[in-house]
Amino acid sequence: MSVDQATVRRVAHLARIAVTEDEVAHLQGELNAILAFVEQLGEVDTDGVEPMTSVIPMTLPLRADVVSDGDYAERVLANAPASEDGFFAVPKVVE
Amino acid sequence: MSHARHELTRLTLTAAHEGLSEGHFTATELTQAYLGAIEAAGDLNAYVLATPEKALEMAKASDARYAAGTAGPLEGIPLGIKDMFATEGVRTTACSNILKNFVPPYESTVTSRLWKDGAVLLGKLNQDEFAMGSSTESSAFGAAVNPWRRSGSSQPLVPGGSSGGSAAAVAAQICAGAAGTDTGGSIRQPAAFTGTVGIKPTYGRCSRWGVVAYASSLDQAGPIARSVNDAALLLRSMAGHDPKDSTSVDMPVPDYEAAVGASVKGKRIGIPREYRVDGMSPEIVALWDKGADMLRAAGAEIVDISLPHTKYALPAYYIVALAEASSNLARYDGVRYGERVAGRDIVEMYEKTRASGFGSEVRRRIMVGTYVLSAGYYDAYYLKAQKVRTLIKRDFETVFAQGVDAVLAPATPSPAFGIGEKSGADPVEMYLQDVFTVTLNMAGLPGIAVPAGLSSEGLPLGLQLIGRPFGEEGLFSLGQVIEEAAGRFEVTDRWWE
Repeated sequence: MSVDQATVRRVAHLARIAVTEDEVAHLQGELNAILAFVEQLGEVDTDGVEPMTSVIPMTLPLRADVVSDGDYAERVLANAPASEDGFFAVPKVVE
Repeated sequence: MSHARHELTRLTLTAAHEGLSEGHFTATELTQAYLGAIEAAGDLNAYVLATPEKALEMAKASDARYAAGTAGPLEGIPLGIKDMFATEGVRTTACSNILKNFVPPYESTVTSRLWKDGAVLLGKLNQDEFAMGSSTESSAFGAAVNPWRRSGSSQPLVPGGSSGGSAAAVAAQICAGAAGTDTGGSIRQPAAFTGTVGIKPTYGRCSRWGVVAYASSLDQAGPIARSVNDAALLLRSMAGHDPKDSTSVDMPVPDYEAAVGASVKGKRIGIPREYRVDGMSPEIVALWDKGADMLRAAGAEIVDISLPHTKYALPAYYIVALAEASSNLARYDGVRYGERVAGRDIVEMYEKTRASGFGSEVRRRIMVGTYVLSAGYYDAYYLKAQKVRTLIKRDFETVFAQGVDAVLAPATPSPAFGIGEKSGADPVEMYLQDVFTVTLNMAGLPGIAVPAGLSSEGLPLGLQLIGRPFGEEGLFSLGQVIEEAAGRFEVTDRWWE
């Protein structure tokens, strides 16, 4: 499979990465090189093979559903590019 | 360099710890020696942040604990930490512009364990941006430089990657040891390029909590050190169960140092025929044979084995790793932390922030990951790769069931290459660096890289031993046999000073 320039733009938008027109052609070449490389997996017969979910067999642990951490909004917000009144601030989302 | 300073910095971690315990010098003196060495090594670009004040403060506390008789197992040992580990109050960037001013309000579990055992933080080490690379050239701080050079040449070489700053710093003796991370070979390949020892433990052995996430089902922390024994001491402190990482295993941590020097008599060592890849350098082939001879001489039995799906590990890895990366790196949106670039609306803000904050390799990997996970392609790529992964793991399970204790393989297809040599148009050329290392990450297995010789051009070459799940002790025993037979490899021309 190989991608065309429209697909590159669509994927960039899905990934929320702005791309310029100049970058699109370049990215198309790079993406196609990587996709061509992974294409060889098609040779492997995987009929009836279970997909890997965990490399080390383990059951996920459970813990009591209680608050065990938190109550330090200032530390949580310390690295925010913008915050107001104890909240993260973003451009207006709802008109 | 001043003679007195080098007397201290050239000690292995093990020897430095003995010197401290016996009172031959103080933690403050040792730390000052390293801080001086770091200042003189700016040309290596190994550190992206030195923390001299914090280091001296921690060293002073170590000296007090020695005096009080409460010294920990790594008391007063100065370490460098890859910039993937969150360090409380100390800038942590993953060497990305998107995190260039990020100061974590928390400490990663692995580094907390090191500090609890008495280690001293010298600073944060250079790496490929978000650990995506095999040369440390994709760092937002610029490439780290290998302290090794080809005989008679002053061409700068890469220290490997992604933990290239860690490996360069250990080889240049500007830290006593380092903490790195390994997703597809990021500890073992740089260790091999710099004549140092690096171990990627079994998945789940070290907590991933507080480590910047790249590909969560593959990422593991581990040490880079000057000797097998040094690596054993570091791993014992780094490993252990952490309730904050649900994939960390609740198993006791063995005394790895006790395994160093243990007999390997009767151990069965597999030589996988599929690792003899086309175009492999004859030097690497010869080194591999030499390694088998060293283990045989120590009483191990060498057997030929087959790992038939080896060839598919790398392409499957690039699907799994990039898919997980695209998901993990979605968090960098310019809202909660990191850099923000304004836009007309929130979507444009996200897009501009991520376009400006991520470097080109990271953007490329996120986009490939996004593509393989997108509607209609999930089964063809991601699901297929996870099925191939099951087959890769099964290959190893089959040979272990046949009584093979460990697998011996080269660590890298070549010695260190020049800066700029592999950053051309085709990203796959760089990806091939990981051909011998990714299989372990795909199967969750532990692997150690140990230096075993020099190339004709005078560059270090490493061998890799792959163990059963939680078979780190066996790897330390086998690694020590190679270290004793091959010797340790120190940079003799300290050109950067």
